[in-house]
Amino acid sequence: MAPLLDIQDLHTEIRLRRATVHAIDGVSLTVNAGECLGIVGESGSGKTMTALSVMRLLPGGGYITGGHIYLDGKDIAALSEDKMGQVRGNQIGMIFQDPLTSLNPTMTIGEQIAESVRLHRGASKAEGLARAVEVLGLVGMPKPAERIKNYPHQLSGGMRQRVVIAMALACEPKLLIADEPTTALDVTIQKQILELIDDLRHRLGMAVILVTHDLGVIAGRADRVAVMYAGRIVEITSTERLFSNPRHPYTEALFEALPEKAADESVGIKRLYNIPGQPPDLTAPPTGCKFAPRCRYAQDKCKEIEPSLTEGAVSHEFRCFFPVGSPEEVRDAKTPFASVAEDQPVVAPAGNGALVAAVGAGTASALTPLLRVDHLVKNFTVTAGAVMQRKIGAVSAVADVSFAVPAGSTFGLVGESGCGKTTIGRLIVGLEKPSAGSIVLNGKNLAKMSTRERRHNSRMVQLMFQDSYASMDPRMRVATILREPMVIQRDGSRSQQQKRISAILDEVGLPAAAAERYPHEFSGGQRQRLGLARALILRPSMIVADEPVSALDVSIQAQILNLMRDLQREHGLTYLFISHDLSVVRYMASVIGVMYLGKLVEVGPASDVYFRPVHPYTKGLIDTVPVADPSLERAKEHQGVQGELPSAVAPPSGCRFRTRCPFAQELCAREEPPLRPFTAFGHMAACHFPLREPDAGVADAVTATGTGTPA
Amino acid sequence: MTATTATPAPEAQAPGTLPAAKPRSMFMRGLEVFVENKLALVGVALLVLIFGFCFLGPLFYHTDQIHVNLANENLAPGPGHPLGTDQNGYDELGRLMVAGQISLEVGLAAAVIATALGTLWGAIAGYFGGITDSVMMRLVDALLSIPTLFLALVVVSLFPPTEIEIILVIALTSWLTTSRLIRGEALSLRVRDYVQAMRVMGGGSTRAVFRHIAPNAVGTIIVNATFQVADAILLVVALSYLGLGIRPPQTDWGGMLNAGLNAVYDGYWWQIFPAGIAIILVVIAINFIGDALRDSFEVRLQRR
Repeated sequence: MAPLLDIQDLHTEIRLRRATVHAIDGVSLTVNAGECLGIVGESGSGKTMTALSVMRLLPGGGYITGGHIYLDGKDIAALSEDKMGQVRGNQIGMIFQDPLTSLNPTMTIGEQIAESVRLHRGASKAEGLARAVEVLGLVGMPKPAERIKNYPHQLSGGMRQRVVIAMALACEPKLLIADEPTTALDVTIQKQILELIDDLRHRLGMAVILVTHDLGVIAGRADRVAVMYAGRIVEITSTERLFSNPRHPYTEALFEALPEKAADESVGIKRLYNIPGQPPDLTAPPTGCKFAPRCRYAQDKCKEIEPSLTEGAVSHEFRCFFPVGSPEEVRDAKTPFASVAEDQPVVAPAGNGALVAAVGAGTASALTPLLRVDHLVKNFTVTAGAVMQRKIGAVSAVADVSFAVPAGSTFGLVGESGCGKTTIGRLIVGLEKPSAGSIVLNGKNLAKMSTRERRHNSRMVQLMFQDSYASMDPRMRVATILREPMVIQRDGSRSQQQKRISAILDEVGLPAAAAERYPHEFSGGQRQRLGLARALILRPSMIVADEPVSALDVSIQAQILNLMRDLQREHGLTYLFISHDLSVVRYMASVIGVMYLGKLVEVGPASDVYFRPVHPYTKGLIDTVPVADPSLERAKEHQGVQGELPSAVAPPSGCRFRTRCPFAQELCAREEPPLRPFTAFGHMAACHFPLREPDAGVADAVTATGTGTPA
Repeated sequence: MTATTATPAPEAQAPGTLPAAKPRSMFMRGLEVFVENKLALVGVALLVLIFGFCFLGPLFYHTDQIHVNLANENLAPGPGHPLGTDQNGYDELGRLMVAGQISLEVGLAAAVIATALGTLWGAIAGYFGGITDSVMMRLVDALLSIPTLFLALVVVSLFPPTEIEIILVIALTSWLTTSRLIRGEALSLRVRDYVQAMRVMGGGSTRAVFRHIAPNAVGTIIVNATFQVADAILLVVALSYLGLGIRPPQTDWGGMLNAGLNAVYDGYWWQIFPAGIAIILVVIAINFIGDALRDSFEVRLQRR
């Protein structure tokens, strides 16, 4: 059977002011009817460009300069723009990353879905709306007939993405291209959307191209996977084969850079593998293998001649002279990668008993906590009216949260967006004032200080932003940016400041010349290094890192995580590590706190929380996080947290998770469960019906001493 | 990954290395982008020529612009008077020069004052927000509701209209729009991560406004200032047209135009076209420059 989509030797270029980016350089791939092909790669690898080339929706200056794209035997690359309009949205549907920007805010969702039916099928307005109701039902939108009158802003993120999918499906395309369909969504919603796409594929028999940077997403969904690097496919094979036996060194390195692979319970925390360097500049790609400059197996030959995409064994193609893995394709997935190394320093399992105990119950320990948060509450008032600003309600962002962080450790805070984790970070660094409760850092209560006093004490705790680029004034040179904290805090003379800047740049692995540059001249990873440098420059005892690696590619993420660990060891830093990504938090933190809708629902030693969760939400969260292992990923179909986060303006009574909890009973609505201990090592959870009972004796002992729940 | 972020950024370096380009100042980069814009260069050339014409011209081309000489009234262009004369017998070419001096001076001075005042007002209102913002902006709204010409009429009828006075009247009415613009900018800038970052370091409001908000609004400020110059020149024209402008024997381009319009049915085209064209050229030149400046101040454009 001829493939549905057959891309042959596709070349796409983007012309910039002074250069041409060879975004796609000879990509050939096929997609069969009903098949799901995954395309993975880092940003700039050309994966999105491939999808956009098929749709012919290239950005300004982008052109297809060679090759053919056969859809059902017809070369759509040769079609005129007019003809292409009939293919786009009709035979090929596309889902974009951000559902908010791909919907028109001034049109109801019904009209938007009907639009493509009316355009391609010549349907009347009523017929279009009828079809809209039909497809909305198909994508699992509750009460579709009422919903079609809604505007995009009236829907939640997950529902919006369903609308976008419904729009793509309205004309029953044979091929659906999903470009990072879930990157902008929360993990719990991500799982629901991925399941929906999968389900629709089976029911409608359409082919899907799933473009993503997340190996975990690919693992559970794709039949075959193409790995892209620098505008080329470097490896393409079936999903099982790719994950069990990657042959290209780049693919192998990607796997090793995943934090979930490095945090094995038995061995403690391994150092992540760094892919050194950055992807090549595609305006002037290197000769020879594009990956050679970063490849640990590269030899002279690699730098001169570019390997072609060769067939290994059974339909496993890769572009490498010196492939890794085994040619027999029978490697056991459990065996470590051949390269995993010899002399990589192994970080000791960070959460030792004493440390952890101090976190939880606040028992008399030699370790006094550096940070202690007690009964922290933050409500944002919702106001109406421009001048009078009447109070019409309050968003309960943080509700009675208590925890402690011992000096030199890392406390990881996880949860969906809107759970209050970022607000806690902002309260600690002083960007918000708490409504109640105390934040004691180094024995000083930050919550009680006046604004002036608080400003003088701000050097004790610094913030590392998710988007370092946005956090630096684009008009300042790096030297000015790094000096600013010292100027504000009147720290040292100018020459001392200069010395400190050079020293800190060296520490984060940037050359001293970087001081003369502007932030936009750096790559994402380098900017994150700068962000860390600025956070460190006042020698704070604590750093609040708010999603510090969420915007980075896997290989760069590994570099930053390793750097953060190194600096922690050298300076005895304490981190509050905030992330939605449980596997990253698991890798970085010794203690994990899980938040749900402003409440801390579970807290305990990282591996305990990860491997033996007590709270149903934690368990659900772990199940929804995609893992880069096809067999594991497929086994957990239809698990995880269902539904969506309720509004924080009127949180559910009792246990806030009860609306989404499979075990919820009447008691949960009536009474709020207190945070109670489950092990002697400070593993606590707030649940009436936990997944396991507390260890024998723990509950009694703590009640007796009276220091049990910090709540 | 949106389509734009997926566009490969030119990053070929290893982690420790930096882009090959020499570190240049912000000014040099901005200049480079500016120079790439051919229309802007045309604008600059035009403006230089016009300034030269108005301020240096009278040194080489002597005319009597004080004494009325009715013997020479309404002469067509010819020998001795390349652009003819007006109804008072003043030489049109010489008059175009001295009138231009006043138009340009008023335009520039009014724009500078309006921009400075408007920026400060807007930045403070926008950064502090809340009540401060409400009070400050309501004041702006109130002042905006008074027609500029009416205000000018009142002021001019109270005091004799000198050049300084015209500048002040124009500046005091046109800073309002600038302040609104900058206030909007400040509202969006104050929640930027880098302003937040500065607050985490313990920095105060003064620093935020002067080191981060104003410099980052500078693109908007400068661009707005160029348009203010053009607006101010046009406003002087309007005032002069109503007879509230500069008093004779001094004049400005608007005044010349006004005088010329009286003779529009007599076919004295040389009394209308030169001043009209001069106004159009200056306004166009300034608009070209403003457009190019907007690009030069856009940091992201500089790297491509």
